[in-house]
Amino acid sequence: MSAADQGTGTGPTPANHSRRSALIVLGLLVAAAIIAGVISGFASGSPDGLNRVAEDKGFSSLEQSHGAEGSPLAGYSTSGVDAERLSGGLAGVVGVALTFLVGGAIFLVVRRRPTTNTTPTDAP
Amino acid sequence: MHVPDGFFNAAVSVGAGVVAAGGVALCLRKARDELDERTAPLAGAVAAFIFATQMINFPIGLGTSGHLMGGALAAILVGPYAGALCVTVVLIVQGLVFADGGLTALGINVVLMAFTTVVIGWLVFRLAMGVLPKTRSSATGAAFVGALASVPVAALVFVGLFAIGGNADLSLGSVAAAMTGFHVLIGVGEGLITAATVGFVATIRPDLVYGLRGTLAREQAALAGGVA
Repeated sequence: MSAADQGTGTGPTPANHSRRSALIVLGLLVAAAIIAGVISGFASGSPDGLNRVAEDKGFSSLEQSHGAEGSPLAGYSTSGVDAERLSGGLAGVVGVALTFLVGGAIFLVVRRRPTTNTTPTDAP
Repeated sequence: MHVPDGFFNAAVSVGAGVVAAGGVALCLRKARDELDERTAPLAGAVAAFIFATQMINFPIGLGTSGHLMGGALAAILVGPYAGALCVTVVLIVQGLVFADGGLTALGINVVLMAFTTVVIGWLVFRLAMGVLPKTRSSATGAAFVGALASVPVAALVFVGLFAIGGNADLSLGSVAAAMTGFHVLIGVGEGLITAATVGFVATIRPDLVYGLRGTLAREQAALAGGVA
């Protein structure tokens, strides 16, 4: 409440912090792998909100077959793996890895570079 | 809420595709200011976490289920522009590899589940943070409200698009009422998951939570000033 309006951000110790932010990234990925690999097997099989409304209001028949129907992971199951939980869990873990790799690559490209790097204005 | 192929006519599908492409281009430029060496891998992990969580359909009663969309969560954790990219990456992977969400409807799905939920989730979060005391725990409540609001609004944008170019002649009022009703319930789930996740990260590494930038400095200043 006192006059402490000047943002006095305390400087973090860089080495310690980057290690702990790596831990958060790892923690999120492990959580994601467990959710997609194991917990997903217990998800509700009921139609979601949109599918339910489409059924109730009579427009669910508009749905066309999917262009990627032939994908080995179509419908969150792994083709060639018959055990349902394993098939779904495997597909989920592959999806988590794929999303992290694609997303991570994009974000590493667009991120702010250290100022010592050449800036885009140097481009010919 | 993954829209399949066939629900919308070509004009709306292509129009949404153009809006999605333009929006993604804008996000790619603006996300630069939100991400650095530490938060770029975090944004990738947030996308992966959203992919996983979207596999969990939770029951909302009435023989119906819903899952997290993740726009509010991503915006609060890594910033709105990077957040919209997170959900877009998830939708692209789901559409191309998992046959979830139509390929011609990809633009529509990006507009609904990436852009709408990020914009509403982020705005409501910021509004709530403006009203609540500037503390870390307020962020959990603000995250709940922002995420909750984002889902029924996305449902209404779906109805708006259906009014423009849906492939069926429906009573839009009754579709709007049904979509809103179910998606308020799904929104409660969205709010709970978002609040729990934001609360967790904010406890361990508050400085990594984009939505807490500024708040944290003030909190520390207040603590230093002897106001517990």
